[in-house]
Amino acid sequence: MNAPGVGAARYIGQRVPRKEDPRLLTGRGQFVDDIVLPGMLHVAFARSPIARGKILSIDTAAARALPGVHAIYTNADLAKIKVEMLSFFLTPGNVSITPLADGHVAYVGDPVALVIADDRYIAEDAAALVDIQYAEEDPVVTISDAMTGAPVHADTDSNIAAMMGVEEPDEELEARLQAAHCLVTHKVTHQRISQSPMETRGVIATREGAEELTLYITCQSPHMIARYVSLALGLPDTSIRVIAKDVGGSFGLKNTPWLEEMSVIVAALLFGRPLKWIEDRVENLTSANQAREQEMILRTAFDANGRLVASHGDYSVNNGAYPQGADCNIAVHMFMWAAYKLPEYAFLSRGWYSNTVGMAAYRGPWAMESLIRETTLDIAARRLGIDTIELRRRNLVTLADQPTATTFGIPLEDITPAECLDKLLETLDVAAFRVEQAEARKQGRYLGLGVAAYVEPTGSAGSISVMTGELAQLRIEPTGKVTATMSTHSQGHGTQTTMAQIIAEKLGVAYEDVTVFEGDSSRGGFSPGAAGSRQGVIAGGATIKASELLAEKVKILAGHLFNAPVENITIENGMVHIAGAEEMTRSLRAIAEIAYGEPTRLPPGFEAGLEAQYRYTPPPMTFTSAAHACIVEVDTDTGFVKIKRWISCEDCGTIINPAVVEGQIAGGLAQGIGTVLLEEMSFDARGNPTAVTYKDYLLPAISDIPDFEYLHACTPSQSVGGIRGVGEGGAIIGPPTLVNAIADALAPFGEIGCDLPLTPVKILSLIEGRDLAAVVAPPPPPVVVVEAPAPPPPPPVTQAAAVIDGSWKMVLSTPMGPQEMTGNFVTSGGQLSGELLSPEGSMGFAGTVDGNRLLFDLKVEKPMKITLKYDITIEGDKLTGKVKMGFFGNAKLTGQRI
Amino acid sequence: MSKHEIEVTINGRRFAGAVESRVTLSDFLRGEAGYTGVHVGCEHGVCGACTVIVNGKAVRSCLMLAVQVQGAEVTTVEGLAAPDGTLHPAQQALRDEHGLQCGFCTPGVLMTMAAMTAGEQKPDEEALLAALSGHICRCTGYQGIRRAARKLAAGEGA
Ligand code: FES
Ligand code: FES
Repeated sequence: MNAPGVGAARYIGQRVPRKEDPRLLTGRGQFVDDIVLPGMLHVAFARSPIARGKILSIDTAAARALPGVHAIYTNADLAKIKVEMLSFFLTPGNVSITPLADGHVAYVGDPVALVIADDRYIAEDAAALVDIQYAEEDPVVTISDAMTGAPVHADTDSNIAAMMGVEEPDEELEARLQAAHCLVTHKVTHQRISQSPMETRGVIATREGAEELTLYITCQSPHMIARYVSLALGLPDTSIRVIAKDVGGSFGLKNTPWLEEMSVIVAALLFGRPLKWIEDRVENLTSANQAREQEMILRTAFDANGRLVASHGDYSVNNGAYPQGADCNIAVHMFMWAAYKLPEYAFLSRGWYSNTVGMAAYRGPWAMESLIRETTLDIAARRLGIDTIELRRRNLVTLADQPTATTFGIPLEDITPAECLDKLLETLDVAAFRVEQAEARKQGRYLGLGVAAYVEPTGSAGSISVMTGELAQLRIEPTGKVTATMSTHSQGHGTQTTMAQIIAEKLGVAYEDVTVFEGDSSRGGFSPGAAGSRQGVIAGGATIKASELLAEKVKILAGHLFNAPVENITIENGMVHIAGAEEMTRSLRAIAEIAYGEPTRLPPGFEAGLEAQYRYTPPPMTFTSAAHACIVEVDTDTGFVKIKRWISCEDCGTIINPAVVEGQIAGGLAQGIGTVLLEEMSFDARGNPTAVTYKDYLLPAISDIPDFEYLHACTPSQSVGGIRGVGEGGAIIGPPTLVNAIADALAPFGEIGCDLPLTPVKILSLIEGRDLAAVVAPPPPPVVVVEAPAPPPPPPVTQAAAVIDGSWKMVLSTPMGPQEMTGNFVTSGGQLSGELLSPEGSMGFAGTVDGNRLLFDLKVEKPMKITLKYDITIEGDKLTGKVKMGFFGNAKLTGQRI
Repeated sequence: MSKHEIEVTINGRRFAGAVESRVTLSDFLRGEAGYTGVHVGCEHGVCGACTVIVNGKAVRSCLMLAVQVQGAEVTTVEGLAAPDGTLHPAQQALRDEHGLQCGFCTPGVLMTMAAMTAGEQKPDEEALLAALSGHICRCTGYQGIRRAARKLAAGEGA
């Protein structure tokens, strides 16, 4: 390795400013909608308003008659060019998929007709005029619908899209689970998520003559898109160029083109003019593929010491109608216990078709494993009476345990979740927190601490055909500046920055003198781009190797020119030095001018120019480890969760740029927080999406996200450069960390289950022990004996017995204004009974009395179903108190004896 | 459809032309006027990406019609830096604090910061963060945006 010479600038590990920022900060980025081509026309889609049905007729006459409309295509038109919709793995699906609906529709938003018009406004007008008649059928919406409902697709005999694992119970495993000291059965219901990149999908397709197709498309890898389009359209001879300079986020959504993009590409081939389609946000929330929507039951057995004995997972995921690859998410099971010492695991995993928009990837697609495992561990800890951190320590694989292998046979050599947890605990004073928590509970404040640990597979290459290595092509230009063309692609990842840092350090040039080009399939070589936390690991390795090759070339040439041994030559800050002969120091530019322009001065056999390339394929799998902790306060009057502190300790190996690493962690954590508290893409019984704008689909805002604290462990990986990936981790470990904190805060009320998102209504339902939303029932209490909740703080004891019985005039301050009523109270021992009279009528109640304190509940139906919890204190002839009104919070009550 | 003649100053330059009555200010700025730094993330007023400054106030250009800016002074992200390229304090703060990743939300965030700190205004951190809670960033988890806002509130970066 060419270590930089003495005094050389070190860039790896520095928070250097990003190369991407100057253009993005000044409005000079180049996103797909910023591109305008001569003669370009605009596309809008007419889409299905029903989730399932036959298309009886499509009448485009009125739409065609609109001035400014050029063409309207249906599937019959596009069918002139055959399209095979492929998965991310470039394999054909097991059901027939056409870019536009072929005789029937399978979800609300299914594109039926494509309009080409002068501008988007006219295209949308025309799309609304396309008259489509349907024979509606009953849709299959949820996973449980899919299990029992009629098949969504004519070409399958059930709704199982993909299945792995065993359906019949394994008797030996069952026996071991049942016989264990402690068996925790834990169910997680994970809502559907919209990846919601701030830039929606979009494409411009232009056929240039018979043999060239150029696409501008927002994506995760231009090379991947070119490969996909070539295969999907069967165009091996067409020169396909894909350009995507700036992309406004993707998070798994833009891995491959899907129905709309392929429709536009085919339409452009047929129509012969450049076509642009930019998805609007309503389309994005209803018709762009979505993610998650999973249900899982994990059963886990522990011995009396809290050691893992065996576990079984039953997982289902809604694939929607046309997933980007039918999938049952085997990775959930592969990595379920990868970081833990567990002797035995078995599973059943199924993906289900439904009449909803198809599934795609979302950051950390297998994240369910960490969510269900880490929440299971906390439930087990509470049940066993073992501290949650201690339980993890007893079961985590430590460095001392390695090398070893997981139950799936995945070799583990250097995972460090246990070490990350230890490091985390150097910063987090758990004992002090527990004291604070106990004090707070006395005041009716509920604080909770959540901890979670995990490992994440990153930098995968070589085992799946699309998961390849990465290519770095470097040249020192005749100007002495360095240019790199990379197979990487950034949707915010900052690969222009991180790769330039590596080059600057490894080559010995100034960071400012390095330019990195990416985002164009005509440059660099194939890679699937940003997927699976891979670019830092693999492209980082490729860039190191290519830099070393290029530095070597410079040294050979300089050695020849100055008659010096190669090992005496160093490159620092763009200058070539010869040890012991400082007067011979030359600039890279001087050397480069010779390399390119004076072939007679080159050593024999030396290839002219200063160029090098390297395609690096790392070990098949690299692991990143982490442990996170967060502290929350749950307001038991409103059900709101406030995140007070969040500490991340991750081990992503060598860090190229801490600001980029922390940015990835923070972005993933924010998405994890959205998953736990806010985001929910749901459907009504007819399959209509119920969140179609950002007023319904709630994304976290700055006010929802705390300041994150970061600790970095930095154990080098086995790959060149020692880098481990960090792109997905926050989105994986964020949810269990936060759910565990909320569960810890609410432990006095029992187990909270895990039905995401944990909205205020759900949390209040749990606290009140009944369903406040009436649509989402809290999961039945798990088969877990929970320690008796901490008793509420004792009420103040008054010596003189208060006179309670009688009539009282009371005023309740509600959000709708003060409300007057009369209360009649009768006590008998500790029991209270009586009635409340108000203009709306009277209601009886029963409750308890303790000294001068009255407690009773009233269930009201109007204006909504809610339980009012009365807590009244009587002092002489005066009465004060509060009424807890579900998520509306507390209302003040005052009154006096009549 | 009816066209209307409008005259407006955008980033200090005069623009005169005919626009259709239904064209939004965001589409007009991007399409007709060529200021593609105005980003459209939701078209319904929630994400804040399309924020521009009209007569000194930060507005969501997806919720205004182009005809409404007749006679107005409009600033987009392209008009923030000084003519010599010196970044606006908000731009510099976001750069220094790694407040962006994909950069799609960034122009809107910048315009709100710029509008709130313009002239003699000295918003405190709370006021800045309250205003920024109207911007959605899906990439950064807001860490760098918040640090930048704190710097601006403290009067740094100017
Ligand atoms: S595009 Fe205007 S607020 Fe989202
Ligand atoms: S930087 Fe991507 S949305 Fe904010």
